[in-house]
Amino acid sequence: MIYFDNAATSYPKPPQMLKGMKFFIEKIGSNPGRSGHRLSLAGGRIINQTRENLAQLFNISDPLKIAFTHNATHALNFALSGILEPGDHVITSNIEHNSIARPLRYLTERGIEFSQVKVDEKTSQLNPEDIKKKFKKNTKMIALIHGSNVTGIIFPIREIGKIARENGVYFLVDASQTAGAYPIDVEEDKIDLLAFTGHKALLGPQGTGGLYVRPGISLKPIIFGGTGSHSEEDRQPLFMPDVLESGTANTVGLAGLKESVKFILKTGVEKIRNHEKKLTQRLIDGLKEIKEVILYGSDNLEEHLPVVSFNIKGFSPSEVGEILDKKYQIYVRVGLHCAPWAHQAIGTYPEGTVRFSLGYYNTAKEVDFALTAIEKIAGKS
Amino acid sequence: MEDYKVVTFYSTSHALRAEKILKQAAIKFWAIPTPRYLSSNCGIAFKFAATDAERVGENLKQAKVEYEGIYPLEKE
Repeated sequence: MIYFDNAATSYPKPPQMLKGMKFFIEKIGSNPGRSGHRLSLAGGRIINQTRENLAQLFNISDPLKIAFTHNATHALNFALSGILEPGDHVITSNIEHNSIARPLRYLTERGIEFSQVKVDEKTSQLNPEDIKKKFKKNTKMIALIHGSNVTGIIFPIREIGKIARENGVYFLVDASQTAGAYPIDVEEDKIDLLAFTGHKALLGPQGTGGLYVRPGISLKPIIFGGTGSHSEEDRQPLFMPDVLESGTANTVGLAGLKESVKFILKTGVEKIRNHEKKLTQRLIDGLKEIKEVILYGSDNLEEHLPVVSFNIKGFSPSEVGEILDKKYQIYVRVGLHCAPWAHQAIGTYPEGTVRFSLGYYNTAKEVDFALTAIEKIAGKS
Repeated sequence: MEDYKVVTFYSTSHALRAEKILKQAAIKFWAIPTPRYLSSNCGIAFKFAATDAERVGENLKQAKVEYEGIYPLEKE
């Protein structure tokens, strides 16, 4: 079996993750931040440590400015709906995942407008200069995916963050594909709002994620409820992280994420990135050799995640996916990848592409085997 | 009898972050249920020797941990 669907969720996970989750379930099991007894505090300490590990990873000076959510989608909804008011304008790209595209489309019904910066059709890279041209008087935010889940292309967020700061607008970054796989520094990158998920390159369990909010920015909540604080009031507290953390946390998930992030800190993002870059190079080089293969996006490794989209002439993406699964036990994702905008941008809508997404646990041998499979499939058309 | 003070917080998230900071600073303190007359926010507070009050405040401020207040503990 070969698992090449890490952009959907990473698999396998570091063994420490399961140990952390098992420890919580067996030895703690409490509701953190509610009661004052020892087990409740022990649960709260686990969550606090998860915040601190993530703060270290993203160079966040105050860990309490990270609110936990169930995934990046919830975090992006909190950020967009929490900041934007009727009359505001947002700059985004035409390659966004539905986790930004759909909330933005919904917000247009509430009097918020957005402009898309077009990526290059061939490289699917974005030119920061094009962002500057989109500014309007009422621009409030730049909301962008950091690395595309379709083409794997990484946007130059450091340059874009600078543009956002110079123009006095908020910079919201969707780090779903990059957190854990590519260095992120909220200070150097001038990120005001960072949405991340725990179960992809952070190698944690599903149902974990979060939103970092730069100190000084206040969000309107969109979910209201119990927080274990200000209990005498029926109004939602407005401070971080409680403003966004209503209801019981996914403590068992966060206990796992704590260990996964610790594993990443110990291994080093650079080492993970180098390993994945080498595999991506091998994959792209191999695919280029197969004349029936059409590759999408830039082949410059420096701006490439281990996510590669392609098609084989004469085959639909779903046919290729089926053969890879049934005949070769290679598990990939085909189709639109929850990102119709992106496929329109690269000219693969509505059929989509075959997507190979690699992770830290994949090997060169697996890449070679998959390349042989693609060669054989292509040869039969 | 020694005089004690109490630091209270807006939420448990803040209290548990503070707990770590104060431990690292080697300040002696005890977690107690927050006395109702002081605050109805977070359920736990930290009790410490009144003479450490300045150090507690400084360490928390330096680590950017917001706290509600530092109060004298009423003797029972």
